[in-house]
Amino acid sequence: MTDIYKTDALIAEDIDKYLETHQHKTMLRFITCGSVDDGKSTLIGRLLYDSKMIFEDQLATLEADSKRVGTQGEGIDFALLVDGLAAEREQGITIDVAYRFFATEKRKFIVADTPGHEQYTRNMITGASTADLAVILIDARKGILTQTRRHSYLAHLIGIRHIVLAVNKMDLVDYDRAVFDRIVTEYREFAASIGITEFTPVPISGLAGDNITTRSDNTSWYDGPVLLEHLETVELNQTAEQLKPFRMPVQWVSRPNLDFRGFAGTIATGQVRVGDDVRVLPSGKTTTISRIVTMDGDLDVAVAGQAVTLCFADEIDCSRGQIIAAAQNPVEVADQFEATIIWMEDEDMIPGRAYWLKIGPQTVSAVVAQPKYQININTMEHLACKTLDLNAIGVATLTTDREIPFEPYIQSRDLGGFILIDKMTNRTVGAGLLNFALRRAQNIHWQATDISREHHAGMKNQKPLVLWMTGLSGSGKSTIANLVEKKLARMNRHTFLLDGDNVRHGLNKDLGFTEADRVENIRRVGEVAKLMADAGLIVITAFISPFRSERDMVRAMLPAGEFIEVFVDTPLEEAEKRDVKGLYAKARAGQLKNFTGIDSPYEAPDAPEVRIDTTRMTPDAAADLIISKLIP
Amino acid sequence: MHDVINLTHLQRLEAEAIHIMREVVTQADKPVMLYSVGKDSAVMLHLAKKAFYPAPPPFPLLHVDTTWKFRDMYALRDKAARNAGMQLLVHQNPDAVRQGINPFEHGGLHTDMWKTEGLKQALDLHGFDAAFGGARRDEEKSRAKERIFSFRTASHRWDPKNQRPELWRTYNARKNKGESMRVFPLSNWTELDIWQYIHLENIEIVPLYYADERPTVVRDGLLLMVDDDRFAFADGEKPEMRSIRFRTLGCYPLTGAVESRAKTLPEIIQEMLLTTTSERQGRAIDHDQAASMEKKKQEGYF
Repeated sequence: MTDIYKTDALIAEDIDKYLETHQHKTMLRFITCGSVDDGKSTLIGRLLYDSKMIFEDQLATLEADSKRVGTQGEGIDFALLVDGLAAEREQGITIDVAYRFFATEKRKFIVADTPGHEQYTRNMITGASTADLAVILIDARKGILTQTRRHSYLAHLIGIRHIVLAVNKMDLVDYDRAVFDRIVTEYREFAASIGITEFTPVPISGLAGDNITTRSDNTSWYDGPVLLEHLETVELNQTAEQLKPFRMPVQWVSRPNLDFRGFAGTIATGQVRVGDDVRVLPSGKTTTISRIVTMDGDLDVAVAGQAVTLCFADEIDCSRGQIIAAAQNPVEVADQFEATIIWMEDEDMIPGRAYWLKIGPQTVSAVVAQPKYQININTMEHLACKTLDLNAIGVATLTTDREIPFEPYIQSRDLGGFILIDKMTNRTVGAGLLNFALRRAQNIHWQATDISREHHAGMKNQKPLVLWMTGLSGSGKSTIANLVEKKLARMNRHTFLLDGDNVRHGLNKDLGFTEADRVENIRRVGEVAKLMADAGLIVITAFISPFRSERDMVRAMLPAGEFIEVFVDTPLEEAEKRDVKGLYAKARAGQLKNFTGIDSPYEAPDAPEVRIDTTRMTPDAAADLIISKLIP
Repeated sequence: MHDVINLTHLQRLEAEAIHIMREVVTQADKPVMLYSVGKDSAVMLHLAKKAFYPAPPPFPLLHVDTTWKFRDMYALRDKAARNAGMQLLVHQNPDAVRQGINPFEHGGLHTDMWKTEGLKQALDLHGFDAAFGGARRDEEKSRAKERIFSFRTASHRWDPKNQRPELWRTYNARKNKGESMRVFPLSNWTELDIWQYIHLENIEIVPLYYADERPTVVRDGLLLMVDDDRFAFADGEKPEMRSIRFRTLGCYPLTGAVESRAKTLPEIIQEMLLTTTSERQGRAIDHDQAASMEKKKQEGYF
């Protein structure tokens, strides 16, 4: 074996000394990028093999598998070591993120192995999000391909500072220096164009083992580091993170008894010492660190990456999701951002819909506007777009429902990276990077008006309300809404009826019936209803409004108690039987697309304020029931 | 600026596990820690104590028992829970108890009923929505792809094709009614990391991990220990004393020992580093078929 693995003797002779050395190892996480034919799995397999992370029984399986399904004839197919799940093994490709482990004397390594095809961009982003370094694999025979550019761009986007350009299969180009140099020159030009200023090119052969763990005689012209040597010595992110100002998001408040109150979290950047002045964001309150508590005893200092519990000298408020930061150098707080979004779900992003946004330990509600542009990840061109589909990356304005403390992603992955979660399915549908805060929210101040909404309502001698009718097309919403308004008018109430069909002739005539347009339709109606409620009116709306999240969005716009959800509950077959407008027939005939109940879903309310069963109640009785709930 | 303090790989793994546990208790309604009494469980329990210190871990321990564990394991289980100040829940599948399911007569059914079904029953019985497990990604290929926060349907199934992306250390623990999550704080640890950590932190483990003279039988290539008088001998079999230890612990009739003289942790680590068989080799369960673990996991095995 090689120098790097001379440890066998030490293990046998002096295990205590060996353990002592190995307890001081550091850890590097990296990602390998390349497609099926670049020899990625072979390279990882070889790293595991050479660092003796393969045991004899696995080796026996490997040898048997190599003969059965391998691509190397009688030789060992290292790729089989890392191609995980059964279905994928049959297809001959890896389709998820798999993590592999190996160690040398100096470091432990965690390799995120991800597929290279464009349809697996989300997998690569996931693997790259925790990596310090990316190994970009190139087939020496093919040179720089579209995928090379894509992988480099994604690695750079997600904040990987160390790029290794591994020019693989050098054995197949006779270890020709000219081939290597040409590829490196071309890559340098490309890398500079996307902001990668430094990279380390290495000529290798995964199959033959050149320049992976040992310097190869076949490339005597090469005087740079061999791959493993570079991995063992490259600067770790945790080192760079410690040089930044102190920040720790609070995960959990520890109150085991009346005498102890500590704030538990993982330090994102910087160092903290007992006696340091800190500021809690977003409140802005300041205090001093009195203790750094761990089960192994109190610490004098703690650094980025450590999970600790901090105690304050003063009793100030601090809860999960807030950030404890250096007092003189705190983080920003904002509620509107420019963000880069990576969409990870089969269903398109819906601009205007509220998603859960989780940033560090904090979860808030957030809305993404229509993207400014989408990035073509192969050419880096900016393209106009209305939404983002699976694996698309775009830049958009993002608004949260409250101010959150953050740092631009480029300064901190922990404080600037977020995920988006669908409120219905709870799936992680996207990831994003906060680029910077948009000051717009602070520049367009709310104009304080002298006549308040209370005054408007007082003049009309009524409580403003939004009566929100929801239900299938043909369920009877408009009929009931109309009756309610007439009855209220008779009672001298000031009302206004917003009807779905009517609004689509004017305010919303630019909108169609796609999911995204339906969301925007409801958003606008919600805003108009809110303005009318501010004017003191009782607003009655009659819209299918099929999605729970949009109805909840409107509910959130209004003061508590002013949004009355009325579920006009008519079963599909009944609504279809009535078919007053003949629309169901058209939808069934395929002439109408995205028709609610037919080829577009209706999400019934969980807990509406009023439910009307139209199969057991006349419209008139329904209107009376609604009014009885409004005016007791 | 102050000097940079380099964290070792074990410090980073420790911090990661603590971070994960804190995320779970703040997001789950009713978390539990699965405790199998093995060395990985011992490390996980130790990390839980660290994560919430000075408070005790805010969840109970759950042992899904098969009644066929080594006697030493039961002894340490009760002691460890007591020392941690945590509630210990023990679940034995009543159907398996009634039918007297055992590893000698029932083969694969033994694991299925006691462990897979037993686990599902226990989680449903107590309504736990998050369960910590000590599985590591280096153990087996399908585990290498499993998320740290791994979701299960209401029927406890794992769908490898439908896993949530998991970025940075931002974990989405939201779930739908009936769904639950299995959380693996030791995902990024290797066997060597576990041993080194036990050594460094002086964590108590079951004595069976250390070599001693024990009564044994060799069967189907496995070196089995005769732990009690329920051991069903085949014709001509009789126990022989050998110096053995275990690299992994489970049901004693299914767990293969290795011949060894390693009586201290450094000796165990030394033997492990110089040895040539991987850890799960000692478990009969994985030999059933290729990709067997993936299949078991889909069915709800931890």
